Amino acid sequence: MSEMVSTIKKICKRYGNDRARLMDIVNEVQDALGHVPREAFGLIAREANTHRVEVESVVSFYAFLSDKKQGAVVIRLCDDIIDRFKGSEAVGDALVAALGIGFDETTADGKITLEKTPCIGMSDQAPGMLVNDTVITNLTPAKIPDLVRQLMANPDPQALVAEPGDGNNADSLICAMVNNNIREAGPVILADYRKNAGLRKALTQTPEEVIEDVKTSQLRGRGGAGFLTGFKWELTRKARGTEKFVLCNADEGEPGTFKDRVLLTERADLVLEGMTIAAYAIGAETGIIYLRGEYAYLRGFLEHTINQRREAHLLGNTILGHEGFNFDVRIQMGAGAYVCGEETSLISSCEGTRGDPTDRTPFPVVKGYMVSPTAVNNVESYCCAARIMDKGPGWFASIGTARSAGTKLLSVCGDCERPGIYEIPFGTKLRELLARAGAEDVAAVCVGGPSGQMVGPAQFDLGISYEELSTGGSVMVFSNQRDILEVADAFMEFFVDESCGYCVPCRVGNVLLKNRLERVRKGVGEQKDLDYLQRLGESVKFTSRCGLGQTSPNPILSTLKNFRPVYNALVKENKTGFHKSFNIMKAVEQASAIAGRRSEIFHA
Amino acid sequence: MSKPRVATTSLAGCFGCHMSLLDIDERILQLIELIDFDRSPIDDIKHISQRCAVGLIEGGCCNEENVHVLQEFRKNCDVLVAFGDCATMGGIPAMRNNIPLEECINEAYRDGVTVYNPKGIVPDDPEIPLLLDKVYPAHEVVKIDYFLPGCPPSADTLWAALTALLSGKPLDLPYELLKYD
Repeated sequence: MSEMVSTIKKICKRYGNDRARLMDIVNEVQDALGHVPREAFGLIAREANTHRVEVESVVSFYAFLSDKKQGAVVIRLCDDIIDRFKGSEAVGDALVAALGIGFDETTADGKITLEKTPCIGMSDQAPGMLVNDTVITNLTPAKIPDLVRQLMANPDPQALVAEPGDGNNADSLICAMVNNNIREAGPVILADYRKNAGLRKALTQTPEEVIEDVKTSQLRGRGGAGFLTGFKWELTRKARGTEKFVLCNADEGEPGTFKDRVLLTERADLVLEGMTIAAYAIGAETGIIYLRGEYAYLRGFLEHTINQRREAHLLGNTILGHEGFNFDVRIQMGAGAYVCGEETSLISSCEGTRGDPTDRTPFPVVKGYMVSPTAVNNVESYCCAARIMDKGPGWFASIGTARSAGTKLLSVCGDCERPGIYEIPFGTKLRELLARAGAEDVAAVCVGGPSGQMVGPAQFDLGISYEELSTGGSVMVFSNQRDILEVADAFMEFFVDESCGYCVPCRVGNVLLKNRLERVRKGVGEQKDLDYLQRLGESVKFTSRCGLGQTSPNPILSTLKNFRPVYNALVKENKTGFHKSFNIMKAVEQASAIAGRRSEIFHA
Repeated sequence: MSKPRVATTSLAGCFGCHMSLLDIDERILQLIELIDFDRSPIDDIKHISQRCAVGLIEGGCCNEENVHVLQEFRKNCDVLVAFGDCATMGGIPAMRNNIPLEECINEAYRDGVTVYNPKGIVPDDPEIPLLLDKVYPAHEVVKIDYFLPGCPPSADTLWAALTALLSGKPLDLPYELLKYD
C-alpha cells in the first residue's frame, strides 16, 4: 500500500501537482499499477489539487483507463466493421480459445486482459489489435495460438514484432509492424519537400502577412469540417488574451481513417513546422499535440523529433534567431475516446477532465484551452500550411477545385485490391479513386467514416471535395457481398458506445435509432418504421450539442436516401394493423414459466 | 344514415382518461346525438358488436388480455386513437420495465414485507391473464392512427379531438389544450 502511495505521489509531483495534467497523471498511474484503484482516487485528488469526483469521472470516461486491476498485458482487438469483414470475429474466437477467457476478462494468473476497441487506425492492414501499445496487424485465427504462447512466455509485446514495416516504422523509436501503404503521393504533402523552408519564409514576413497567405491559399480544415484555416488563425490572433495556444488534433478516431498515422510517421517534422508557423502567425508560445491513445507507439518517435527541433532552434526560445519568437510543444496522450476528436472535447481532455464537449459559442478561437484563444487544427492542415508558406498560396490554390483548394489525403480501405493512402487533388471523382484502388463490384462506399455518408454507384461520379463528397480522409469500400444495413447497424453501435452521454438526443436517440434499425433488419418492420427513422434521425441531428450527435444519424439517413430499395425490400405492407415486431409468444414466455401454465388466450 | 359508432376501452390505465371523457359534462348529450357508443365501460357492452368508426384506447398493454382487446379494437375500428400517456408511452405502469418480471412478482406475492405466503404461491389461475415481460405502449402492438397526450388529456381536448374526427374537419388543438404544467 505504501508503495502505491509513494508511486502516486511521485507521478503527481512530476506533473507539478497540476490538476490540468490529470490525464497524464492517471495515464501513468494506470501504466504503473495496471489500473487506477478506487482507493487511490482520494489520494490523487489531494495530490493534484482537485476533487475526488474529478478523478473518478476521468477514470470512468476513457476506455483505456480502468479502476479494476488489469493484466500486465492488455489485448485490445479492433472491432470496426472493416476488421469484422476481414475476419476479426474469428480472430476474437481464437483469442478466447487460446486464453481461456471471454472479452473484458483477465486470465486467472492475472497476466493478460482481453478487450475489444473501436477502430485503431489500421484498417488498411486489418484485422488488427493492440497489445498494450504495440500494434499487431494482418491477423488470422491461425496466428493467434502462437502469439498467445509467446506472450505467456515473454510479456513484452514488443517481442511479437518480428519484422518492422516500411519507412520510419522501422525506426528504432517506433519499431512497429505497421506499413504505411502509401499508394499515391501528391504534390503537397507526400512529395519531397525542403525541410523548414516554409518556416524560414514565414519568419521573413509579419504574422499578418502569414495569415494573409494562408487565407489567399483557400486552405480549409482537413479534419472534415472545412473551416477556413487562415480565417481561424486571424480570429485567434485578434482575440483578446495574453496567452494563446496552438493545438494539433491527432485524435484520428473516425473509423476507417489512418492518414494521420502515416503523416505522424513520415511527416512529423512537417507537422511541427506547420504548428510553429501557426504559433508565429497567431502569437502563441505553447503548442499541444493531442495524440490518440491508440497511436501511443508513435509517442517516443514524436518526442525525439520535438527534441531534435529544439536542438536545431526550430522550437524553444528565439526560434531560428528570430528575437521574441518562442514556441514549444508537448504531447498530450488521449486514452481511447472518439468524442475527443471534437475540438471542444479535445480541449477538455487537454485540461485534464472528461472529454465532454462544451458549448460553442464562445468558440475556441476566443475561449479555448485554459479559457484562452486557441487554434485547433488537423495534422494534415498543419502540413498544408507549411507547404503553402514554402511554395506560395497561388501554387496551392491552383490545385483542386474552386472551393476546395489543394490535395487531400485519403485512407482507402475495405473491399479493394490496394488499400492505403492516396493523395489526390480535390475534385477527383470517386469512381476514379475506386478504379485506382482496385475496387470492383462496389455496392457502397462510406465517405467520411460513420459520421459521413454512405453512397452508391449513382454518386460515384461525384468528386471528393467539400462541396460534393466531403471527408476527413476515410473512404471505406463495400462490395456487393456486403449487407449495407449491417454496416449502418455497426456504425450506430459505434455511436451508442462513443456518445459522451451529456445530451439526451444523442444518448437516447442513437439507441432508439439502432433498435428500430434492428427491427427493420429482422424483417418485422413496416413502412412507418422507415418514416420513424427519418424523423428521429433528423431530430437527433438538429438537437444534439456537438458534432458527434449532429452526425451520428448519418449512417441511417444516408442509407435511407441512397439505398432506399434495400430498406423497401425488407419492409412489408401489413393490412392487419398488428405489428409483426410484437411477438406475443415471447412476451408471455416468462409469465408462463412463473405461473407454470400456458396462455389461455393465445395458447402460447 | 346511421350514426358512426365509437368504442372505448381502458387497458393498463387507471380509468382516469375515461373519467376525463365523462368530464365533458352535459356535452355528452350532444355527443350521443353525433354517435352511438359500442363496446365501452360507459355502457358496459363487453364486445364490439359491429364495425366502428373510432376506437379510443386508454392504457398500454401489461398482460395478454390487454393485447387481445387491443387486437379486437384494431380489427373492428376504422380509426384507433391512443389517448393518455399510458396508451401513448406506457406511462406509470411502464415503470416496472426496468425490473425483471420475476422480481416484480416476488416483491408483490412472495418477499414483500407485509406478505404472508409460506408456500410461495403466485397467481396461476387460468382466469387471470398472464403478464407480459414488460408494459408496451399501444402503438408497439398494433397500428395507432392518432395520439392524444396528457395525464389525462382534458375533457376539452377530448371533445375537440372527437368532434373534429367525427365531422371530418382538420384537428386544431390550441396550445392550452396540450400544455400540462
